[in-house]
Amino acid sequence: MEDLGEIVGEFLMESHENLDQIDRDLVSLEQEPGSRDLISRIFRAIHTIKGTSGFLAFSRLEKLAHAGESLLSRLRDGVQPVTPETITVLLLCIDGVRSILASIEENGSEAEVDIESMIVRIKAQMDAPTDAAAAAPAAAEAAPAAGAEAPASVEQEAPAARPAPEPVSDQRQPLGQMLVDAGAAQPSDVASALQQQIEGDERKLGTILLEEGKAAPTAVNEALQSQAPKRSIADSAIRVDVDLLDTLMNMVGELVLARNQLVRGVMEIGDSGLVRSAQRLGMITSELQEGIMKTRMQPIEHIWSKLPRVVRDLSNSLGKQVALVMEGKETELDRSLLEAVKDPLTHLVRNAVDHGIEEPERRIASGKDPEGTLTLRAYHEGGHVAVEVADNGAGLNVERIAQKAVENGLLRPEQIPNMDKRDIMAMVFQPGFSTAAKVTNVSGRGVGMDVVKTNIENIGGAVSVDSTPGEGTVWRLTIPLTLAIIQALTVDCADQRYVVPQVAVLELVFIDGNTTKVEYASGAPVYRLRGKLLPLVRLDRALGLEVGGDQGVYIMVLQADGRRFGLVVDRVLNTEEVVVKALNTRFKDIGLYAGATILGDGKVGLILDVSSLARRSHLAVDSERETVADKRGQQGGGTERLLVTAVGERRVAIPLDTVTRLEEFPRDRIEHAGSREVVQYRGQILPLVRLSHLLGAYGEELEGDTVSVVVYSEGGKSVALVVDRIVDIAENSTTARRDAEEDGLVGTAVIQQRVTELLDVRRAILAADPNFYSDSMDDMLVEA
Amino acid sequence: MASRQFATFEVDGQLFGVEVNTVQEVLSYNEYTPVPLAPPAVGGLFNLRGQVIAAVDLRVQLGLARQALQGPVMNVILRGDGEPVSLLVDKIGEVVDLDDETFEPPPDTLSGPTRELVVGTFKLDGRLMLALDVNQAVDTYRATN
Repeated sequence: MEDLGEIVGEFLMESHENLDQIDRDLVSLEQEPGSRDLISRIFRAIHTIKGTSGFLAFSRLEKLAHAGESLLSRLRDGVQPVTPETITVLLLCIDGVRSILASIEENGSEAEVDIESMIVRIKAQMDAPTDAAAAAPAAAEAAPAAGAEAPASVEQEAPAARPAPEPVSDQRQPLGQMLVDAGAAQPSDVASALQQQIEGDERKLGTILLEEGKAAPTAVNEALQSQAPKRSIADSAIRVDVDLLDTLMNMVGELVLARNQLVRGVMEIGDSGLVRSAQRLGMITSELQEGIMKTRMQPIEHIWSKLPRVVRDLSNSLGKQVALVMEGKETELDRSLLEAVKDPLTHLVRNAVDHGIEEPERRIASGKDPEGTLTLRAYHEGGHVAVEVADNGAGLNVERIAQKAVENGLLRPEQIPNMDKRDIMAMVFQPGFSTAAKVTNVSGRGVGMDVVKTNIENIGGAVSVDSTPGEGTVWRLTIPLTLAIIQALTVDCADQRYVVPQVAVLELVFIDGNTTKVEYASGAPVYRLRGKLLPLVRLDRALGLEVGGDQGVYIMVLQADGRRFGLVVDRVLNTEEVVVKALNTRFKDIGLYAGATILGDGKVGLILDVSSLARRSHLAVDSERETVADKRGQQGGGTERLLVTAVGERRVAIPLDTVTRLEEFPRDRIEHAGSREVVQYRGQILPLVRLSHLLGAYGEELEGDTVSVVVYSEGGKSVALVVDRIVDIAENSTTARRDAEEDGLVGTAVIQQRVTELLDVRRAILAADPNFYSDSMDDMLVEA
Repeated sequence: MASRQFATFEVDGQLFGVEVNTVQEVLSYNEYTPVPLAPPAVGGLFNLRGQVIAAVDLRVQLGLARQALQGPVMNVILRGDGEPVSLLVDKIGEVVDLDDETFEPPPDTLSGPTRELVVGTFKLDGRLMLALDVNQAVDTYRATN
């Protein structure tokens, strides 16, 4: 683009922005055909493009813009009404302009774009018979708006100094001119008022006209107001190179580090004068950092703005009626994140229109408004931004997803009846998964839901789906606010300092060994946090370092992937804002580190990746478990989900997140190896343990051809717990719960009005395979 | 006669060299952050003017015991592929101009981990300099695989 010269470059950039605005305005115009503001705004934007292209000698572009402008001027003057057809033709014209611009950008010439056919269509639209009577009243109203300047967004008006000549209508007009144009004042009155000013009358023009009763106060006010915004926006915004912002951002990052180092040093010296200066420096730095961060923040509207057009075109081509509602479009996100969210979001929107919202006939048949509603919602939520794409369509067809998952070999038929609805729905995020009964040109874009998931996860976000049959589907993206600077806690472990993102930290507990202490459940460290057992992960052990003692340590209660666990560290130092530095690629494979940062003392500190720490430490193991975990996370709240099974007369609950799969095995497939029962499963020998035996609930063996088992896998090994029946999946109400004295159980609770025993999963697993944990721990270390 | 410039350094008494244009800078540094669970050849991380640099322990790469990393250690910081990476060495030598005719392939008797890292031998006055394959030298997964 550099060889095109600066003027052309700027023209292209500016025109692209204008075109995006026109797109939005045209779609809005279709909704409110009477809006003269919209018409004149569109008109002005096209006029600008036409004017500049004429100046730059892009004659074909000028011709096309001129044709569009002519049609618009008929709309503006009320000669013909705004109809969906007109809008379609105008959008086509805009697309034509876009492709010419693209061609100019690519090879500097506009010659190859076919504009004749477009011009013919525009002409045809202009010649179409119109209802002159209906259009007439609009004419009078529309006229004055020509001079009004009501820029919609900063980016459109941002160029403060354009080298290209401005069309007259874009410049600020004198008040008198505007009043005359609006029919609010007679030219002779304005002329005489001007004459009075020249002769020394110090009153303003509007005042003279008002006091002499030559113009209505409302008209003058209106004209003054339309003069005003132009000035403020054009003068208060400038265009800044994004690279420059990124450089500034990096430098502020460095400044934050230097500040941290300085503050630490000054504190050690303890000179009160220096401390004051350092504090002041600290405050200024924080403000500067905040300011720079803000420059990179953009409202999500920025990427939403293209969506009305997408929805309109798509719903028209599919014969659907879709109203697009946007809530919270002012919600701001870091621009690098916005960029990353754009494609996934567009895909979700297209998908919702294509597959979510039904045809009008179907909607009427099911008693709904023929027009479907697609709601985009963005809001802040605890350090994250949530973006929802919600439709009120038919909802996901769980059976079809299940069927498709079976066809693709992702699930086996016997698993389906025991699966949670949401777990099945989440199968749509699996690679290569499409339930579209018919493949439309919409769906074949190469961006599947799996790519949506990957893209969002790449920026540290999460994606989930929930759906109610007949009522619609909600796709939800959770996106971090920014990637560059995070609040973090610094901790010590085995004489080294590590950094834990504060967003994952729920609370801190000091273990003094007396009132608070670490306990062991069959070797697994746990802590009783307000009566509930919290699994613990020793950081030193997880990092393969020398393992320290249990006294005088801290537990950081962390939440990741929807599960809660305690991280045992030697010392918690302080909270600090740290700049995340990408870690050398050679350490990505370790997986335990989210990045590195420079600490206050200038040393490098490793930032721990809390969710992979949770996974690494046997809280979640293989990928299937991860998806279970993700889904748990999406449910928000810390409630525990339990798989309730029947064992003899008793009800036994197993935490759902320790469950890998539910299976049914034919009874005759159970074989014996030594004293154990095993079954061949996916090329493995799967040890079975009958919960009825383990819990001493001897009773009638259930007759039947199959047995229900709960499969638990970890580190490539699996065991199966045999139950009589899978009853349900329940949210655990932590009320009425008491610790059990019985072997193999961790307690009892009342779930769904019935006393239910909570299984000690670890014990059950060890009963099935005594070596289950010892080997897998070694595996983990070797792998690392 | 073509000649090339090499930055030289010593590890365990042996002189090594890398072409000067692959070197960003040479400096001594004394605070390294260990990376638990990283390959053994990773000596640690350090802060180079705000940039996090990984230091590869050349001793480990050559099959020797790791550097103690107590007190200052010399770093040869290589430009690397997109991100600088440092080689921990015992001692920095001079920059030498070497004619191509002093070059010979590595001797057949050279074996072990060193053989894989070395592209050839330069005959200097009174001693031999082994030219390192920069990519191999910083590949921390090489030794462990």
